[in-house]
Amino acid sequence: MSGITNWFDYVGDRWDDVWAASWDHFLLVIQVMIVATVLSVAVGIAVRNNTTLRNVALGIAGVLITIPSLALFTIFIPIVGLGFKPAFIALLLYAILPILRNTITGLREVDPNVLESARGMGLNATQRLVRVQLPLAWPVILAGIRVSTLITTGFAAIATLVAGPGLGIFIKDGLRRLGLPLSMESVWTGTIFTILLALILDVVLSTIGRFTTSRGVR
Amino acid sequence: MSQLDDNTTQVDETATEPMIRLDQVSKIYPDQEIPAVETLSLDIARGEVLVLVGPSGCGKSTTLRLINRMIEPSSGRIIFDGEDVTSINPDLLRRRIGYVIQQIGLFPHMTIADNVATVPRLLGWKKDKIRTRVDELLDMVGLEPSQYRDRYPKELSGGQAQRCGVARALGADPEVLLMDEPFGAIDPITRDRLQNEFLRLQSELKKTIVFVTHDIDEAMKMGDRIAILKDRSQIAQLDKPEHILAYPVDDFVDDFIGSGSTLKGLSFERVRDLELAPYPTIRHDAGHAQARRVLDAAPQRWLLVLDELDRPLRWVNESHLDRTDRPLRDLGHPVRAKVEPNATLHDTLEAMLTSMAGCACVIDKRGSLQGVVEIEALTDVIRRLRTNARKHYEEGNGSVAPTTGTTA
Repeated sequence: MSGITNWFDYVGDRWDDVWAASWDHFLLVIQVMIVATVLSVAVGIAVRNNTTLRNVALGIAGVLITIPSLALFTIFIPIVGLGFKPAFIALLLYAILPILRNTITGLREVDPNVLESARGMGLNATQRLVRVQLPLAWPVILAGIRVSTLITTGFAAIATLVAGPGLGIFIKDGLRRLGLPLSMESVWTGTIFTILLALILDVVLSTIGRFTTSRGVR
Repeated sequence: MSQLDDNTTQVDETATEPMIRLDQVSKIYPDQEIPAVETLSLDIARGEVLVLVGPSGCGKSTTLRLINRMIEPSSGRIIFDGEDVTSINPDLLRRRIGYVIQQIGLFPHMTIADNVATVPRLLGWKKDKIRTRVDELLDMVGLEPSQYRDRYPKELSGGQAQRCGVARALGADPEVLLMDEPFGAIDPITRDRLQNEFLRLQSELKKTIVFVTHDIDEAMKMGDRIAILKDRSQIAQLDKPEHILAYPVDDFVDDFIGSGSTLKGLSFERVRDLELAPYPTIRHDAGHAQARRVLDAAPQRWLLVLDELDRPLRWVNESHLDRTDRPLRDLGHPVRAKVEPNATLHDTLEAMLTSMAGCACVIDKRGSLQGVVEIEALTDVIRRLRTNARKHYEEGNGSVAPTTGTTA
């Protein structure tokens, strides 16, 4: 029990640092997610009707996710330097696949009869996409965004290795001083606040989902 | 008396400009050798219901979808309300044509009201006008607006969903409605009800409707004219249902309309068009001796006993008269087979089959006897229908396959 008490003392003593790191972590994740969502949905829309393009896009996104994370964070340093940028790029590349895949699936799963009747009433391609396909695919796309957000929040802890922002700093410090006093408390701080942040973001997204999904498709 | 003689070609001749004209239209899919539709020419008159019917794969749906260019024709022209629409923007064309499909395809994420408002919104109607129109349409198809307006498609039964589909197709009051097996996925009882409501609606709206079905009975019921299609959407026969029933032009049509076509044909004839032969009748208070005299003087074996208002009461024959001295109104069998003048001959025949005397009494609204239909009257009608239909085709009036030049 004393371990937990110690940990609370540890966090209490450094609350300002913990809060600042959490906020930075949040900012990193949220920026990655906004760009990743826009990018993935746009690509998903662009490739949805072409089998070849679709496979190429999914293939590339799939390959990206297999690149070892340490490497992915490092590769871009020569080009963009240390700090926020390489972390942002690496996380962005990881975040794409779940959203892209769900966007494509969601758009393609729209009942062809619904699209047929939409076309038959004279909705043009853009109107069909905006008024019918996207609203119907939205719950699926959002599910992809949620998965991607969880992954990104977790991975963002690595950003500290390339001098990026976020809660990873506590984990890295703990690792460096492993065996010394308060090293494990430091690791736990990074881990638990990362998890908390992920859970909060997930709750927020699920709430957004509830308010942005039509009652007719819930 | 004969409908065949006087207005056979009315549909073709009086409407000088058809609402829709398919002019030598073909559809060949890129990877197929045999065309789905081959040089089809077809005129659809204003305000008529034309049913395209044929076996699966005959191209009837393809033909329907050529009209609103859901499928682009490979060659030929589509004339819509006098205007060549073969190459105009198809979206603008489709907003002028209602479209109903079997699977309905309501937008699941929109309320019923929003679904019905689809085309008016595309056309930029004002909000108030849209709201009024939506309520009017829901009311028209039998969905109480206050109850259904804000529901979602998943909350509707199949029948309700298709009513909503029809309301949506009528959204901006298009002159033309294309319906692809609209009632095909609905249970038989609901389907029958929807068909009847549709016919009632159409009698008020007078839209030009092209209706696709594979069900010949539905075709006979719904169509002002029927085009029976065979492979490659070639017209085997195009005519009013009663003509097709009376005179199928070839074995294909004969097979397709199936057995019982004579019986079906009787559904298109009405009692009021029959000439009723005299039948022996007697008042219920007359004596037996008088009854015998009337019966002996007539060729029929049965005597019809009437009350003081000429309403038929009993069927009486000679053996009944021999058996007892009771008054006529207590003798013989009660009259059950009674039909009104606007009953179809099909219903009349059914009544006759249950009748003791093998006849049906035609009565007016008050129940008074107008005459009696005997089986001979029906066989006469059937013979007449056949003769007239044959004559109609032999004289070349029947549109068996108008200008389907098989150029392939």
